[in-house]
Amino acid sequence: MIGGFPIELLALQLFTGIALGSVFVLLAVGLSLIFGLLTVVNFAHGAFYMLGAYAGVFFIGYLGNFWLTLAVVPLAVGAVGLAVERWLVRPLYGRGIDYPLMLTFGLAYVLVEVVRILFGAEGVPFDAPDSLIGAVNIGVGYFPAYRLFVIAATAVLVLALWLFLEKTSYGLIIRAGARDSEIVRVLGIDISRVWLVVFALGTAVAGLAGVLSAPMRSVFPDMGTSVLVEAFVVTVVGGMGSLAGAVVAGLLVGVVVSMTSLFAPAMAEVSMFALMALVLLVRPQGLFGKKGLMG
Amino acid sequence: MNLANPQDELTVSGRRLAWLVSGMARHRVVAVLGFLLVFPFLLPYEALAVNILIYGLYALGFNMVFGYMGVLSFGHAAFFGLGSYATGIAIVHYGVPWLPALALGVILAGLGAAVIGGLAIRTRGIYFAMVTLALSQCVYYLVYQLEDLSGGENGLRGVDVYDLNIPGLDLSLIDPLTKYYFVFAFVALAVWLFSRILASPFGAVLEAIRENENRARACGIDVATSKWLAFVISGLFCGLAGALNAIHLTIVPIESLHYHTSGLAVMMALLGGMGTFFGPFVGALTFLMLEDVITVITVHWQLFVGGLFVFFILFFPRGIWGTLLHWMSR
Repeated sequence: MIGGFPIELLALQLFTGIALGSVFVLLAVGLSLIFGLLTVVNFAHGAFYMLGAYAGVFFIGYLGNFWLTLAVVPLAVGAVGLAVERWLVRPLYGRGIDYPLMLTFGLAYVLVEVVRILFGAEGVPFDAPDSLIGAVNIGVGYFPAYRLFVIAATAVLVLALWLFLEKTSYGLIIRAGARDSEIVRVLGIDISRVWLVVFALGTAVAGLAGVLSAPMRSVFPDMGTSVLVEAFVVTVVGGMGSLAGAVVAGLLVGVVVSMTSLFAPAMAEVSMFALMALVLLVRPQGLFGKKGLMG
Repeated sequence: MNLANPQDELTVSGRRLAWLVSGMARHRVVAVLGFLLVFPFLLPYEALAVNILIYGLYALGFNMVFGYMGVLSFGHAAFFGLGSYATGIAIVHYGVPWLPALALGVILAGLGAAVIGGLAIRTRGIYFAMVTLALSQCVYYLVYQLEDLSGGENGLRGVDVYDLNIPGLDLSLIDPLTKYYFVFAFVALAVWLFSRILASPFGAVLEAIRENENRARACGIDVATSKWLAFVISGLFCGLAGALNAIHLTIVPIESLHYHTSGLAVMMALLGGMGTFFGPFVGALTFLMLEDVITVITVHWQLFVGGLFVFFILFFPRGIWGTLLHWMSR
């Protein structure tokens, strides 16, 4: 017994936190990836997440298969991201970092309203696939199978991203571009194409996060707003531009939120901000952020 | 950041209309107040005019940080909302007269800005927008939870100030025109004070920070403290706007604290012209009048406003007033 709760319940709550944190990880990874290379803070990240959930609703109705939907949604959302970078964000490079930020902020309004026109202002249901319904015994008790799947899917995706960035030659170009885009350009690489790809990749991951969390959290047009704030908190805690930071901070925030909702339910929503304030006081650059990197 | 140079307002010369603009720039407080004095007679109904006054003041306060200091905050809803709630709660729950209640709203907004600003200036550059947004959302959740005081989701109701109880004057806020000039009196004071601050050495410090933070530091300016102070002053102005809004609406909607209210300040300041004295009022006027017209035609106002904002970012980053100044000074 700890704090009046049996240890099994605490362990289950820990897993709930990790499942919640997995979604945060995916969001923060996409946000961090885009910022690390383009120095664009994507204020439409929550809107892309919402777009992912609604693309899921659309494709599952159209294709009738959850797994196929899971593959198609990131492609569809990534395609929107591709267009946004090419036609809206690209003209703003060199104009200062606040302009793309404000542009994506305005874009979020447009995306949310378009979805509201197409799908209605009310929430829509989204069920987990039959094979993932029910609970699995994980030693300390029964845990929803779908949440276990979300944790696993996030782990696989983060690993794949890490391998892509660290072990492939294209990943090398991306990392070089994040360090000094001018030199990469001088070496004869079309950096604007790399930026295009990375923006699309970041938004595709956000879209995937949206469809993955759709069965856990409800699907409605404004769902992206609170998610955007959560993604920012995670990024500030972890340190912008760091993959490891996004993973650790995402899981940490998830666990903190789920534990507070057990011990002090009224404080659950505020707990992550308290954590962020603490990190700002002790280590303003974030847990994994390098001092002075972001300027 | 590439901002419309506020000095444009002073150096405009030569062309037609230029004398008018330069005259307005020299007497900017008189120009703003003169216009606002006759303003309610130009609009179909006074409630819209009061809204424009209040949101103009809100955008003006925001512009100190955004336009003059060059730091983008996405958390000003916290100060607008805190001002609103403190004034409202003082009147509804404690029966405080309206004037001390207004003062309380302004002070609490300033305290909120001191805390949020203190945390946010520990980060630099692009983090600022993210941290201010997150902390203001935290204020939103906190107020939402304090249901006994704030009314939670339904907002705070019953902020009824009808009789102003000024000795010798029989003024009632039920008359919309009286309400307009009641709000106008406070806005006039704030606009005058704002202009004084900009004209003071501190105003020069703000612009020095915007133009080159490192050089400002090298010149011996305490950049961190100046940033924090500007943030607090900006919070005070936004708090006053919020406090007046509570009395104007007689309720405090929970949306006053929402992310969208923060975004409203950004949109209005950019639409009008950031870093210009008239910009925030021009922005508030344009925004609210468009909203008034368009929400009659369609419910999808957000699609329009988002699109308009994106359009301005791409093609008219100086905003309406800033672009006008730019054209005339060429």
